[in-house]
Amino acid sequence: MDDKDLELLRILEENSRLSAQEIGSMTNLTPAEVEARIHALEENKIIRKYTTVINWEKAGNSEVSAIIELKVSPERDFGYDRIAERLSRFRQVRTLRLITGTYDLQLMVSGKNMQEVSRFVSEHVAPMDRIRETATLIVMKSYKENGNTLFEQQETERLPYSF
Amino acid sequence: MRMFVSERAQQIPPSGIRKFFDLALTMDDVISLGVGEPDFRTPWNICESGIYSIEQGVTSYTSNRGLQTLRDALSAHLASRYQLKYSADDEMVITTGVSEALDIAVRAIVNPGDEVLIAEPSYVSYAPCVTLAGGIPVPVECTEQDHFRLNPDTLQEKITDKTKALIINFPNNPTGAIMKKEDLEPIADIVTDRDLLLISDEVYSELTYENSHTAPATVKDLWQRTITLNGFSKAYAMTGWRVGFLCAPQEICDAALKIHQYVMLCAPVMGQVGALEALRSAEDEKTSMVNEYRLRRNMFVAGLNKIGLSCHVPEGAFYAFPSVKGTGLSDVEFAERLLKEQRVAVVPGSVFGSGGDYHLRCAYAVSRKDLNEALGRMETFVNGL
Repeated sequence: MDDKDLELLRILEENSRLSAQEIGSMTNLTPAEVEARIHALEENKIIRKYTTVINWEKAGNSEVSAIIELKVSPERDFGYDRIAERLSRFRQVRTLRLITGTYDLQLMVSGKNMQEVSRFVSEHVAPMDRIRETATLIVMKSYKENGNTLFEQQETERLPYSF
Repeated sequence: MRMFVSERAQQIPPSGIRKFFDLALTMDDVISLGVGEPDFRTPWNICESGIYSIEQGVTSYTSNRGLQTLRDALSAHLASRYQLKYSADDEMVITTGVSEALDIAVRAIVNPGDEVLIAEPSYVSYAPCVTLAGGIPVPVECTEQDHFRLNPDTLQEKITDKTKALIINFPNNPTGAIMKKEDLEPIADIVTDRDLLLISDEVYSELTYENSHTAPATVKDLWQRTITLNGFSKAYAMTGWRVGFLCAPQEICDAALKIHQYVMLCAPVMGQVGALEALRSAEDEKTSMVNEYRLRRNMFVAGLNKIGLSCHVPEGAFYAFPSVKGTGLSDVEFAERLLKEQRVAVVPGSVFGSGGDYHLRCAYAVSRKDLNEALGRMETFVNGL
């Protein structure tokens, strides 16, 4: 890892669809060097995945999501890891984090509708051993995801010329 | 009826690009590389602090010098970032943008008939400000061969018995040139030997891409004969907030302050509050803007050279200054036809004084997508010549 790698990561995090040529011209690297560096970053699992930020609501998808908070009794030797890894395997769990505060684990869960989400929580999550308490917070609207605002912002008027 | 407009007002030329401006406004789908300001919005924490201050009723005049808290923070910032030592109490005035700082600096030091040297190509305000103060602006040309740095020999040639001061601006608008410590040292010797005053406009000081900025006042003995001008517009994307500052030894600073208190009273308080927030906690935002400018510069300058508009690598500010000599067109013809035929707005270099002809000022403070589109259109234009 060097400064050029960091620069590549910043560029890709913002837009992973740029070509090696385009990235090369921005960083003074040849396209082959860009590809080699990106390949190494992928091999080292620093780059985990290339994904897309989608405004699903605008796409007409009625999928709903909820934040589920869990109080969990940690296991001897394993702490929260084993139960967290088990929960992670569910397709419905989009994000899972260990947090401080009243609850221990925080999940982002999504499903086709509220019934599906609540059935998932009541049938699969709540009955798990070591889960002492759950709280389900329904997401009503999302304004920002992964650093990207989802609402329309007004273009600022700029003069065509200024010194 | 007699002529009411003063001779001095008549002497200063109108803006050189009025006709381009009017033309661009009538056209759709223009990509403008003609804008000398960041395309980023002001970081939100700065906006929030301005809004909050208004909600709290902070809407009055401040002291003429500017808010004490801002000057204290600024004094500490200049010392840690540039090793510039200016007292917050006696050697600093917060101004309404660097534009005002320039005006009061020039008026504080120029007597009628004094010659003021201006390293050109340069920002368009220097010469008119000197004229308005009764001085005589004298251009000192910086050439492409010197990478648009100020050449000590050229400077020496222009000095006469009437020369009072030298105005420089590095990182430079429009060329993007910078002056490193070793470039400034011979200039410092001349300025000192010939007993001149230096006015250094450093508004692009935060925007350097390879080497960090050297403040001229820190070179050799220049501090005692330098007026340092700077502001928040470019570094923090705060052009509309109108906050700049002037720093100088007390005697000069006091003179500038007198003018400031009569013509401006104080810089807008909301702007000052925003500027304070910028110093306190916008370092990360600034760094990410600078990183983005660097990427755009690399991409854009490589693209210009590829299409045959040769361009030195600008090490600061956000301007590329390519040459159009190879095209057989003058900079004005090139800029006019490029706008009409391909709807890309650039500023002809001759607007910026001597050394600027046959060049274009292209601001790369626009999105990468627009930069790519502009490059494509410029390529089509050049190939069609």
